[in-house]
Amino acid sequence: MSPKQSLIAPLLLLVLLSLPLAAVASGAAVKLDPAPINLNDKESLQRGARVFVNYCLSCHSASYMRYTRLTDLGLTEAQIKDNLLFAAEKTGETMTIAMRPGDAKQWFGATPPDLTVITRSRGPDWVYTYLRTFYRDDSRPTGWNNLVFDKVGMPHVLHELQGHQVPVMREVTGEDGKPHLVVERLQLAKAGRLTLIEYDAMIGDLVNYMTWMGEPAKAQRMRTGVAVVLFLSLFFVVAFYLKKEFWRDVH
Amino acid sequence: MQRLLEWIDARFPLSATWKAHLSEYYAPKNFNFWYYFGSLALLVLVIQIVTGIFLTMHYKPDANHAFASVEYIMRDVPYGWLIRYAHSTGASAFFIVVYLHMFRALLYGSHRKPRELIWIFGVLIYLALMAEAFFGYLLPWGQMSYWGAQVIVNLFAAIPIIGEDLSIWIRGDYVVSDATLNRFFAFHVIALPLVLLGLVAAHIVALHEVGSNNPDGVEIKKKKDGQGRPLDGIPFHPYYTVKDILGVVVFLIVFTAILFFAPEMGGYFLEANNFIPADPLKTPEHIAPVWYFTPYYAILRAVPPMFGSQFPGVLAMGVAVLIFFFLPWLDRSPVKSIRYRGPKYKIALTLFVIAFIGLGILGILPATSLYTWIARVLTVIYFAFFLLMPWYTRYDSHKPEPERVTAK
Amino acid sequence: MSDMAVDNSKRRFLVAVSSTLGGVAAVGAALPFVFSMSPSARALAAGAPIEVDLSKIEPGMKVDVEWRGKPVWVVHRTPEMLALLPKHDDKLTDPKSENAAQQPKYCQNPTRSIKPEYFVVIGICTHLGCSPTYRADIGAADLGADWPGGWFCPCHGSRFDMAARVFKGSPAPTNLVVPPHKYLSETKVLIGEDQASA
Repeated sequence: MSPKQSLIAPLLLLVLLSLPLAAVASGAAVKLDPAPINLNDKESLQRGARVFVNYCLSCHSASYMRYTRLTDLGLTEAQIKDNLLFAAEKTGETMTIAMRPGDAKQWFGATPPDLTVITRSRGPDWVYTYLRTFYRDDSRPTGWNNLVFDKVGMPHVLHELQGHQVPVMREVTGEDGKPHLVVERLQLAKAGRLTLIEYDAMIGDLVNYMTWMGEPAKAQRMRTGVAVVLFLSLFFVVAFYLKKEFWRDVH
Repeated sequence: MQRLLEWIDARFPLSATWKAHLSEYYAPKNFNFWYYFGSLALLVLVIQIVTGIFLTMHYKPDANHAFASVEYIMRDVPYGWLIRYAHSTGASAFFIVVYLHMFRALLYGSHRKPRELIWIFGVLIYLALMAEAFFGYLLPWGQMSYWGAQVIVNLFAAIPIIGEDLSIWIRGDYVVSDATLNRFFAFHVIALPLVLLGLVAAHIVALHEVGSNNPDGVEIKKKKDGQGRPLDGIPFHPYYTVKDILGVVVFLIVFTAILFFAPEMGGYFLEANNFIPADPLKTPEHIAPVWYFTPYYAILRAVPPMFGSQFPGVLAMGVAVLIFFFLPWLDRSPVKSIRYRGPKYKIALTLFVIAFIGLGILGILPATSLYTWIARVLTVIYFAFFLLMPWYTRYDSHKPEPERVTAK
Repeated sequence: MSDMAVDNSKRRFLVAVSSTLGGVAAVGAALPFVFSMSPSARALAAGAPIEVDLSKIEPGMKVDVEWRGKPVWVVHRTPEMLALLPKHDDKLTDPKSENAAQQPKYCQNPTRSIKPEYFVVIGICTHLGCSPTYRADIGAADLGADWPGGWFCPCHGSRFDMAARVFKGSPAPTNLVVPPHKYLSETKVLIGEDQASA
């Protein structure tokens, strides 16, 4: 067995692991915009938390997320209580909502999903793009449709802020050889209270917060990881010389 | 101290065990890189058992609470995230280590006479490990957990006559449900760990009875010095303990780097869809098993239904795993190590590795018609490696084995 | 194998350093597991201090609240109740509340409270953990004419006065425990958190 051959298995394993599984799994046709994630930007996360409790937390729960955890974002218990605690009484509670799943199903046709770990299943880019690509579609019961989530049940909750977008259609020839219409891009038909830049920034903060909420321990994980790997690297040096010293006996 | 040791030795073979298995257990001196993975597998087993015990303290095997209890561990339990990631990373690490350990046997003929039983215990460990991983994967009760279990249990339904009843019996319900979760939990935390520990003990006892093989595939026990010690053997302790410590540290660097910096490993170790709670009414768009099962999953999909039944595919998948048991008797080469084998075995083994990894990749991808055809070719190669082995190993050329192990 | 020129001191040094690092690694790996067994964020939230609104409690009445899974009584003591408190010191095991473990320092006073009229105490008998019955009826027939009002434990008959001090002859060894508490306002008390030591 030559050294070259013995490397085949580990190398192929690397190839296997570098395949982008997430891309394969989602199968989304629309190009996703990269979300401006910066988990160290506490101010952005605080702004995002405020947007989240104000807009999302009316219909969606985040029932694994405890309000007290927001202290990790530099907020005090008193600040959380005064500014963010609308749906609960104590900061020790989780972000649940009063709406019962059964009622929600009747009103919306589907239960609004819990959002605690939504960025871990959908990915931040998907959520970021989704919240910015609602458009008017009179064929839908809510009057709204979405570029990345076709026939979405959720109406555009933030339309007063973003304004109304309408699709610009384009004719393409499909695989079946027949022409049909696809959405080429979205155009603002009616301005909202925010400019497009302000709206994108707000959604950026919101998705940043939701990404943080998906795994609040991430910062601690990274810090611990650096310490552990540095320690093991030191251990490696010692273990290397220990082995070398004993193996001088072996001829 | 000495008197304490004498007191114990009069009642328990402590020193004798130490000598027999460590300080006077002679292992060949020419172990290379591939010989780290046995001790590493043992290390991962310990990691899984310890993290598993602590996860069990907080996890709830109840369809209404399982998903939430995992998030509870990830958020509310102090350092719960670390323990959970260690367990999920450990599951994948276990298979990486075991696959490399098994490949080592194929390289150097470690499964050949007189080590057939070590190999059989090893394949049994591999089977138990697959069952353990399968049961454990249901516990987070996410969409992939749920639908993965649904698909695998339905495979049993393809067995003629008894299949339907059998799959209902396994689930304890008409679909994967709370009853299924509860029994899988019992298998995962107690039944299979006991089986695994027993098999690992048998694997090591059998190994220490005949002694380790080595990259040259020659028996070191044939050449002994005046005191009956193998000339090419060195005591396991301290030489292989210090060497394994080095291997363990390197492994832990890789392991902790994944655990702390990329625990999802791009969706391979923790799948994105598993962050959605199980929903019996909604199948995810694309279901693929966890990476370590995908070679067999690809074989399952590659075999076309025959006589209106999925059974041939299920059978092929089962045989693909069980065929490993027969390897010691399929191999007819007069030499063990690949170093002295001829080109036929080298080509066959290379093709087999390509087929195994290729099937693994295809098992993750959607089954398009092109991919299905590639999977069929690779499945044929996979089985040909085993079924044609008696011929290509017998008629292969070979170099003479050396009398003693070769120096590095 | 040969024994030539083995540098034993170097070998011992490397073994010592490796053992130390291995020990550090073992302790470091064990710590997260040890920590994981302490109360989780959920348990801490459930055991968080609780607020009680005193304005709702009529004089002479008691309300029960739960703090860390234990019953806590908040009693609005009347002037008569308070007047009786110092009159039976000789019958008590620990009239001056000298046993420091039974109350915070700021309650080590004749009424065992911050404000005399409001008494906060954990309602668990110091004998075997039953919850005593509130008996504010002074001179109750079954408890004797000199009964000054207080608590009577139904399990083994321990008696406590209106400051939850135990009477001599009771099986309970010590007074009931006063939990840490503080006033957030005139009428709001927070049970479970110490007041800034005065």
